[in-house]
Amino acid sequence: MSPLQGCLLVSALLFAIGFAGAVSRRHAILALVGIELMLNAANLNFIAFWRYGAHPEALTGVMVVIFSIAIAAAEAAVGLALIIAIYRQYKTSNLDEVKDLKG
Amino acid sequence: MSLPFILIASVTLLAAAAAMSLRNLVHCALALTVTFAGLAALYLNLDAQFAGFAQILVYVGAVAILIVFAILLTRSGDTPNQAILAPGWIYGIAISALVFTALGWAVLNSSALPKPAAPAPEATVKNIGEWLMSKYVLPLEVIGLLLTAAMIGAVIIALREMKTKMEGDRP
Amino acid sequence: MSDRIQQVIEAFKHLSLVDKLDQFFVVLKQLVLAGVPEGWQPLVSGLLSVALVLGVFPGVFALITVIERKGLGRIQNRYGPNRVGIPFTKIRLCGFGQFIPDGIKSLTKEDIVPYAADHAVHFLAPIVMLIPVLLAYAVLPFGRNMTIADYDAGLLFFFAVGGAVEVSVFMAGWSSHNKYSLLGAMRAIAQMVSYEIPLILSAVTVVMIVGSLKLTDIVAHQSDYTCGIAHWYVFTPWGLAGCLLFFIAALAESNRCPFDLPEAESEIIAGYFTEYSGFKFALFFLGEYLGMFAIIGLGITLFLGGWTSPVSFLTWIPSYVWFLAKLVAIVFVFIWIRGTLPRLRMDQLMNLAWKFMLPLALINILVAGVWHFMGHDWQRWLVCGAIISGAYIGLGRGLMQNQKLGKRTYRFAE
Repeated sequence: MSPLQGCLLVSALLFAIGFAGAVSRRHAILALVGIELMLNAANLNFIAFWRYGAHPEALTGVMVVIFSIAIAAAEAAVGLALIIAIYRQYKTSNLDEVKDLKG
Repeated sequence: MSLPFILIASVTLLAAAAAMSLRNLVHCALALTVTFAGLAALYLNLDAQFAGFAQILVYVGAVAILIVFAILLTRSGDTPNQAILAPGWIYGIAISALVFTALGWAVLNSSALPKPAAPAPEATVKNIGEWLMSKYVLPLEVIGLLLTAAMIGAVIIALREMKTKMEGDRP
Repeated sequence: MSDRIQQVIEAFKHLSLVDKLDQFFVVLKQLVLAGVPEGWQPLVSGLLSVALVLGVFPGVFALITVIERKGLGRIQNRYGPNRVGIPFTKIRLCGFGQFIPDGIKSLTKEDIVPYAADHAVHFLAPIVMLIPVLLAYAVLPFGRNMTIADYDAGLLFFFAVGGAVEVSVFMAGWSSHNKYSLLGAMRAIAQMVSYEIPLILSAVTVVMIVGSLKLTDIVAHQSDYTCGIAHWYVFTPWGLAGCLLFFIAALAESNRCPFDLPEAESEIIAGYFTEYSGFKFALFFLGEYLGMFAIIGLGITLFLGGWTSPVSFLTWIPSYVWFLAKLVAIVFVFIWIRGTLPRLRMDQLMNLAWKFMLPLALINILVAGVWHFMGHDWQRWLVCGAIISGAYIGLGRGLMQNQKLGKRTYRFAE
């Protein structure tokens, strides 16, 4: 197994863990955590392909990861603000109990 | 596949599994912090110094802290008594196992992967800065706009409305 | 192997006396490295550097605790520790032996863990505190050729590991299951996150002017002299503003008075380490002081010329002596501030960070840009100084808008 394949396997496993957590846990914050893990798995892929790819001097992978980290920060801020707003409305952050569309 | 890589990768994956499976949410958040730090170490192992440090700065220093704050603000810091898994959890796990099998099969059998044994590329801070200011200047501006919008949006969403201030004060 | 040792000694002999003093530790390390086999050199080199940091900075910490107690004592019109000297003799050393019994006391105290505490997290918190703080020393240039890991993105590394301290504070506060601990931890994290922004933004100005995140480059850019005065960035308008912002933010980051709300004794006992005793408390105490030294060291590197001498005729003093002297001087200023200023309220703390320091730091970045593009004219001093002082006055007035400072009146108990 080449180093690139090792990285890709780690990233695939991380993605699967994140996905499993995001869809199977009841708590809203953990769903968000799962999404963060999936995003990080994608970042690892970018870095791996940049490192072992054909044109490392173009720095494309690193650039995408830097932008992606910034986007993830924005996403976490908005997502957690939404969870706090939902908690304030329904007095729960359990995703199954949040059913009404009307506030 | 060097020994450091295997060690860091296994710590990262174990912490990720813990972050998704522990009962107590604060423990989940701390395990998540370990995952983020492990990923940063993987980036460093892959010679992406700037991305690794940025990962620690943003994820460990900001996102993890934001998550523990959200956990405490929604009063979910104690270990829950009821079930922690959603009703259809078995399907979720099955689908993710399927996804991993498919991805793993594809990775191991692909012929499109680039040839290994490339020399360690140069990713100096100077290069990254020059690229950011030349080729990637438009994405940079857009990210700035996005972060500003996200900041204002997060503040407005989390802000209490004036009308519900009295009743929303204490649950 | 003996050839290499001979080479190192030969090279050392050719240095001038000043350089011999300056490079003594560097050559010593080369000498040890020349004696070990090729494959072991990175490991031995790392261990030697770590041993140096672990030897010097806790030593400075021990001395500073005594200086702090004595200094605060003088400011508060009392003596402070003045008894303990060298054990079993009559030499008192003005009380500078005090750190030895202090250390013995805190190491031998009973280690109490609350019944309801989350034991694993409670145990890990002090370790998680100390590790990033010690890592931060890796990138600081202590002297000429004395940087342990001269990363290309050294400044980013420093701020990145600094972020991990917040996690340990949260771990300590949450795991104790004590409302004071949790309140203290929340206050500490809110404060650290808020003041991290002006801290980083004030450092950005230096990065803009130097064009590098490498700390040795930053020092090298400040090592020239004009008329015998060094080119430190604190001597420029934006550098002065940046330096003051940086050190105010550093005070807040290290939870020092007047920003010591997280451990305000009169309100929340001791904040996040209320439930810690014995060795773990000592680790927190050590971590806090080492964190303060690290951030002051970074401030020195960014604005006060690192290990360079302020005037050209004092360049014969070894570089590491300059670094430590600046460090101790600024720690002394911090002690002075602690003895002088009262503690801020939470809203005042947040207002200062977000309404005053953040806008001023942003304007300061603009000023650094103007400074860079105006070339070497004398006008740039006027323009930059005018913008910075205008912004300072405007923002200061804005912060004080609704507060009239009347004549101070005293009311005495009757």
